[in-house]
Amino acid sequence: MPAISLKLNGRSVTAEVEARTLLVELLRERLGLTGTHVGCDTSQCGACTVHVDGRSVKSCTMLAVEADGREVTTIEGLAAADGTLSPVQAAFREHHGLQCGFCTPGMVMSATELVRRNPGAGEREIREWLEGNLCRCTGYHNIVKAVQAAAQTGRG
Amino acid sequence: MQNFGFQKPRDLAAAVAAAKKAPEGKYLGGGQSLLPVMKLGLAAPSELIALSGLAELKGVRVEGKELVIGAGTTHAEVAASAEVKKAIPALADLAGHIGDPQVRNRGTLGGSLAHDDPSADYPAAVLALGATVVTDRRRIAADAFFQGMFQTALAPDEVITAVRFPLPEKAAYAKFPHPASKFALVGVFVARGAGGVRVAVTGAGPSVHRSAPLEKALAARFAPEALAGVAVPAGGLQNDPFGSAEYRAHLVAVMARRAVAACG
Ligand SMILES: Cc1cc2nc3c(=O)[nH]c(=O)nc-3n(C[C@H](O)[C@H](O)[C@H](O)COP(=O)(O)OP(=O)(O)OC[C@H]3O[C@@H](n4cnc5c(N)ncnc54)[C@H](O)[C@@H]3O)c2cc1C
Ligand code: FES
Ligand code: FES
Repeated sequence: MPAISLKLNGRSVTAEVEARTLLVELLRERLGLTGTHVGCDTSQCGACTVHVDGRSVKSCTMLAVEADGREVTTIEGLAAADGTLSPVQAAFREHHGLQCGFCTPGMVMSATELVRRNPGAGEREIREWLEGNLCRCTGYHNIVKAVQAAAQTGRG
Repeated sequence: MQNFGFQKPRDLAAAVAAAKKAPEGKYLGGGQSLLPVMKLGLAAPSELIALSGLAELKGVRVEGKELVIGAGTTHAEVAASAEVKKAIPALADLAGHIGDPQVRNRGTLGGSLAHDDPSADYPAAVLALGATVVTDRRRIAADAFFQGMFQTALAPDEVITAVRFPLPEKAAYAKFPHPASKFALVGVFVARGAGGVRVAVTGAGPSVHRSAPLEKALAARFAPEALAGVAVPAGGLQNDPFGSAEYRAHLVAVMARRAVAACG
């Protein structure tokens, strides 16, 4: 089995995986990081979004072997070591950007890339950016409000 | 997904050699089409040969009167490239509206062309701009590259390394996206340049194709009004739950007018 090593939430990790192992399977089933959710497993919903080298990807549509040598960040890696939420996480709580919470890890990861890349993002850019993340509960308005508030802080 | 062997060659020659040794193998680009197809069991390659380690497939540059984009360039990189925005803004705009940010961060130009989905965006740009697809062994003109639904001129072990786009005088793309997937229900790319006026239609038919009636009308006069009353035949267009052939034919004309208007 191929052996891979990656930097996961700031820590070095090595693992032996089958070639067909998806990145999300490595994270959830092998490494116990169940914050990353699987909503559809068909590349549609974005619940499985994580960052690879700072960019959002659907971890159900990337092979774990392709993460070899890369930096991966999951929802577990956003808050500070003392538990202080990241600006995007804090804004989701403040602005009621979640109801059941199923889509939230993916939404937060996706929004975090946007806020880092484009701190001045307005409503339209936020809605376009979140195209790949589906939510069945909130109707999106409070998610957009939360991301807008985080974007104004200028920090992801 | 059935298991498979995995290789990540460090150069192009090694990738092609690996593919020649694995007749049931496949190249892996960004995986945004291939992995979904494999999950559905519609493909079960014995071996995946990842192209992500090949420096030969990277880079965007202008060479003389052509914009050259490496086949491994992601949709997000094309959309954000200052060079592409300056040389062919319509192409950066097209790339920025493929799928969603996560898909654009992984999916590549070469993968989109090799997959040749009948509703994909890039094939319309390549065909309308009269681009040349460069592979590890030859150069293929756009008119010869697309050969029908999911069918291209590529040999099974052939790698697309780059695409050379001649710089147009004017070009624009108008897409009516499927609201869920963002794939084109109908997309029309219009270009005017050294090769005259070329109009490529995606989403509407079983494969990307040029539209003779629209090209003829625009060659006479390159303005949206020139398309008033031009009939796009519905014969041969897709008829599916997303839209009838007549609806698609109507949309082709509407998207063509919008694209020409966007050319300014
Ligand atoms: C949710 C979603 C929405 C999407 N929306 C759109 C959309 O709106 N418009 C659109 O156009 N597309 C859309 N796509 C498809 C997307 O653009 C894919 O990225 C693209 O079709 C395939 O590129 P890839 O690099 O991921 O290739 P892969 O999936 O890795 O490979 C696809 C095929 O190409 C072959 N291949 C890959 N690279 C090369 C190469 N350099 N040379 C030769 N063969 C190669 C592979 O062997 C395979 O057969 C969407 C996909 C998803 C999942
Ligand atoms: S679980 Fe990956 S996109 Fe839905
Ligand atoms: S909060 Fe329930 S799916 Fe978004």
